[in-house]
Amino acid sequence: MDVLFRNVRELVERAEKEGKLISEIMIEQEMLITDRSREDIMQQMERNLTVMEEAVEKGLQGVHSVSGLTGGDAVLLQKYMQQGNSLSGDLLLDAVSKAVATNEVNAAMGTICATPTAGSAGVVPGTLFAVKNKLNPTREQMIRYLFTSGAFGFVVANNASISGAAGGCQAEVGSAAAMASAAIIEMAGGTPQQSSEAFAITLKNMLGLVCDPVAGLVEVPCVKRNAMGASNAVVAADMALAGVTSRIPCDEVISAMFEIGQAMPSAFRETAKGGLAATPTGKWLESKIFGGSVVGSGQ
Amino acid sequence: MKFKSVFDIIGPVMIGPSSSHTAGAARIGRVARDLFGRQPKWARIHLYGSFAETYKGHSTDVAIVGGLLDYDTFDERIKTAFEEAEKLGMSYEFIAETGNVDHPNTARIVIGDEKSEMSMMGISIGGGKIEITELNGFPLRLSGNHPAILVVHDDRSGCIANVANCLYKYDINIGHMEVSRKERGDMALMVIEVDQTVDQEVMGELRELPNITQVTRIAD
Repeated sequence: MDVLFRNVRELVERAEKEGKLISEIMIEQEMLITDRSREDIMQQMERNLTVMEEAVEKGLQGVHSVSGLTGGDAVLLQKYMQQGNSLSGDLLLDAVSKAVATNEVNAAMGTICATPTAGSAGVVPGTLFAVKNKLNPTREQMIRYLFTSGAFGFVVANNASISGAAGGCQAEVGSAAAMASAAIIEMAGGTPQQSSEAFAITLKNMLGLVCDPVAGLVEVPCVKRNAMGASNAVVAADMALAGVTSRIPCDEVISAMFEIGQAMPSAFRETAKGGLAATPTGKWLESKIFGGSVVGSGQ
Repeated sequence: MKFKSVFDIIGPVMIGPSSSHTAGAARIGRVARDLFGRQPKWARIHLYGSFAETYKGHSTDVAIVGGLLDYDTFDERIKTAFEEAEKLGMSYEFIAETGNVDHPNTARIVIGDEKSEMSMMGISIGGGKIEITELNGFPLRLSGNHPAILVVHDDRSGCIANVANCLYKYDINIGHMEVSRKERGDMALMVIEVDQTVDQEVMGELRELPNITQVTRIAD
């Protein structure tokens, strides 16, 4: 199969050589691989954008999961921001609250768009709708944000992993945060190379993150990891825009993430057998929710 | 490349909470239903690895049953799939297995009705993407790097040639192909990996060919 890029280096080189945005290279590759029209592809991505918008709105109104473990934090954060005393700044907290909103909706079995997975679905839209208020993008630029995120996610998915069961949370929220960071750069007018730096800086700081969901639910600590993934993405984007670069090239950071995931014991890869899931409180919550039974059957 | 489309990364639109354990699970169930060709009356679902450990929390069980009822990943009815199954008279049973499998998110689905039964093994590889690794005891050695279709047919001469001719007509190149059958003259199947995407029009034409029972896309 012919593709326009297999790794971040090829993606950035092609974008810079042809004087195109990373989102544009992703759109062109999608047209090439699927034989679909640009219009068709843009429309599908806009539908995804709409699903993300609706999920954030729903989450900001306040939702709660069936287990009762998560919900309502997005509302708390928005109220706190409105008091005007936030320490980390409104844009950052807005991103955090909207990431939380999305994941609270996901935990409540609402409709979301996986980016790249459902457990990490908050980071990309959370950052997008927060940065939007500062940068005032067009609708097309918002759609392009998703293509830029997708271009980097495409490289990670094919060269490493985006599955918590295969590579831990670093593969899910780590990838999502790094993807978002690269997309913020493009929306803010940075270069493709700066996108790659932001991606590398973000992912480096999420390496080793395990997947240890309490009771196997995509709730604790998943929702808050999306919150911190979003903040990581925004800060790393600022660093890259300031001219900070990563000493380890982006593709090598992705390889390192893969290697770390491979070496991770299965207790830390979405089995709910280690880490936070195995703490006394984690175990207690599990037995409270499922009554201690693990095996079940239907009718 | 296992992930080919940007919508494998930004997508699918789905009912939460997990792309691999909910959306991927629903897709595995739906492929099984598709291959069976009709609503099964009963289902026995064996879960392995992470699926076995966390299926309750991720609603993997509900999602697989939803898939068996032909629901897509974003179908709101997934949430009430158990109730819907009961209404339709489909019984289901989940077995959490402890044995080792190659992939952490593996499900073996055995479904049937009064006429026949079928067994299929699927894996959920992340972000909602799935692969089918076994059908009725036939291992499907798919690389996962190319689109693939599965054709169930009667073991008659000319079937394979007809399918190949139809693909040729649409300029679809076959990269890898396997054929197998249970017994001479009985049910047979072809697994075909191709270089181009097989769209609905081609799928429809393949289904119209003589002695073809079922045509399903098992990898995009």
